[in-house]
Amino acid sequence: MGLDALLVSFANRFTEAPNRAALAFRAELECLNWAEVAETAPTLVSVVVRLVAGAQSSADVSDRLRALLQSRDWYDAPLPDGRRHWRIPTVFGGSLAPGLDSAAQAAGVDTATAITEWSQVRVRVLTIGFAPGQPYLGVLPPRWDIPRQTSLTPRVPQGALVQAVRQFVLFSRPSPTGWRHVGQTAFRSFRPGATVAFPLRPGDEISFVPTDRDHIERLLADPDGSDGGAEAEQVG
Amino acid sequence: MRHLVVHRAGPGATVQDLGRTGHLAQGLSRGGALDRLAIHEGAVLLGQSPQLAAVEMIGAGIQCEVTEPVRIALTGAPMEVHAGDRTLAWQASHLLLPGVRLTIGRPLAGRVGYLHFGGGIEVPLVLGGRATHLTAGLGAALAPGDVLPIGTDTGGRIGLGLAVADRFSGGILRLMPSIQTALFPAELRARFKAGTFRPDPRSNRMALRLMGEREGFGLSEGLSIVSEGIAPGDVQITGDGVPVILLAECQTTGGYPRIASVLPADLPKAVQTPAKAKLTFSFLSWKEACTAQEAADKAQAALPRRIKPLIRSPETIADLLRYRLVDGAVTGQEDEI
Repeated sequence: MGLDALLVSFANRFTEAPNRAALAFRAELECLNWAEVAETAPTLVSVVVRLVAGAQSSADVSDRLRALLQSRDWYDAPLPDGRRHWRIPTVFGGSLAPGLDSAAQAAGVDTATAITEWSQVRVRVLTIGFAPGQPYLGVLPPRWDIPRQTSLTPRVPQGALVQAVRQFVLFSRPSPTGWRHVGQTAFRSFRPGATVAFPLRPGDEISFVPTDRDHIERLLADPDGSDGGAEAEQVG
Repeated sequence: MRHLVVHRAGPGATVQDLGRTGHLAQGLSRGGALDRLAIHEGAVLLGQSPQLAAVEMIGAGIQCEVTEPVRIALTGAPMEVHAGDRTLAWQASHLLLPGVRLTIGRPLAGRVGYLHFGGGIEVPLVLGGRATHLTAGLGAALAPGDVLPIGTDTGGRIGLGLAVADRFSGGILRLMPSIQTALFPAELRARFKAGTFRPDPRSNRMALRLMGEREGFGLSEGLSIVSEGIAPGDVQITGDGVPVILLAECQTTGGYPRIASVLPADLPKAVQTPAKAKLTFSFLSWKEACTAQEAADKAQAALPRRIKPLIRSPETIADLLRYRLVDGAVTGQEDEI
């Protein structure tokens, strides 16, 4: 990847095993703390390895990465330690999340069924990326393998829950999106001034707890409410 | 503490340094100055660390003053600049005195100018950096009334100039292979290589869109590529077939295929290309790219040797008063420079 980074890819498309492999491989690299490596970052099914000295060490680090890859079955790796289960109040549909109807329609269910399924499923943070602190969440049941919209929604607010391709993304910043805006939370996944700027970590689990629009609006209006009423407990 | 007081600012004026590293895993891209070479040039002109923050100005300058005497340097795209009613040399260092308005206008060439201060702009460190990262919501564009702290200046020299090669009029950008280059058919790569592009004026700190070719460069399977790590310099082909060069504030992951990456040494030229200028591409092998980048790194390391006192004739001396050519005629407080 360019002159100063290497990419270790575990698959060409998203599934759970290469996702766990990427997380475990990245955790191992962080432990090894090689002097030539400036930073590492897992994505959905890959790991970016950024080098301190650009291209100079890339052949050497590349060889060592290959050896590490062959040293064990990364696809069989367990999830990371220190995982939490977050319960985040969410309003599904209505004026705060106008994409619910079209998502339900694309999946061939009524909106009540959609809300029931989404509020019962416990999704996992597959990776943090795109924007600061922003989680990709999955995996949803097969019927939620719905495509992106053909046109972009120009702007969804921070805390928007959007859905496509059996995943959710919980936006950390206002953003345009091609995914459907199905829910709205008051949860901030990027808190620049706080001690913990990035509250979510890959492997964390999230349940979206249905609530009403008034509740979310009260939470959004609370200046200290970066958690958006969320509760977290240790699970692994 | 010394301060910078902003009176007027174009919409693209922000505090920038070399950006934040170490947060890719949390989805925060490096950010920092679009033209990193300009940051190094400013540091060399003021004899200070390139880690210090400066003001980046895209497309238009700022009007400001300082509360105490401060050394400044001007780098990047040359812009119209006056201290009071005196014209200043660009790509040079000067002394700015309190009470004198520094007025920086439009670029005369290029797109992005930089205003550096002895001691650097010392807005608080957030996540290890001072750079405004608009996409991430860290900091904001400068606005009239902003008062920014300036750090302690450890240097003293002014009146220095630094001649630089023209990177402000477009030209050839050198590309190297990216992880998805091989997915693009040879015919498509050849057409891309033969293409002539111009920057979309709507480009921002995240990406430079390249217009000018009627036919797009999209892959039919383009939309099904899994999201991967991306980096500044990567040339993505978006859904509509338009190439975009990712810049400092790009996202950390992306699912559009990458046809190539711009050699880091050529990114300053890419960001400085004005909307009316033309860009073309040449493809380097990985090995050629390493050699070319190494040469550019060496040239950057040698910048201090290229510093020269500004050539002066009385008509062009902006800081004539400082020399007290007629002793007693001035108090030293009338003007900057």
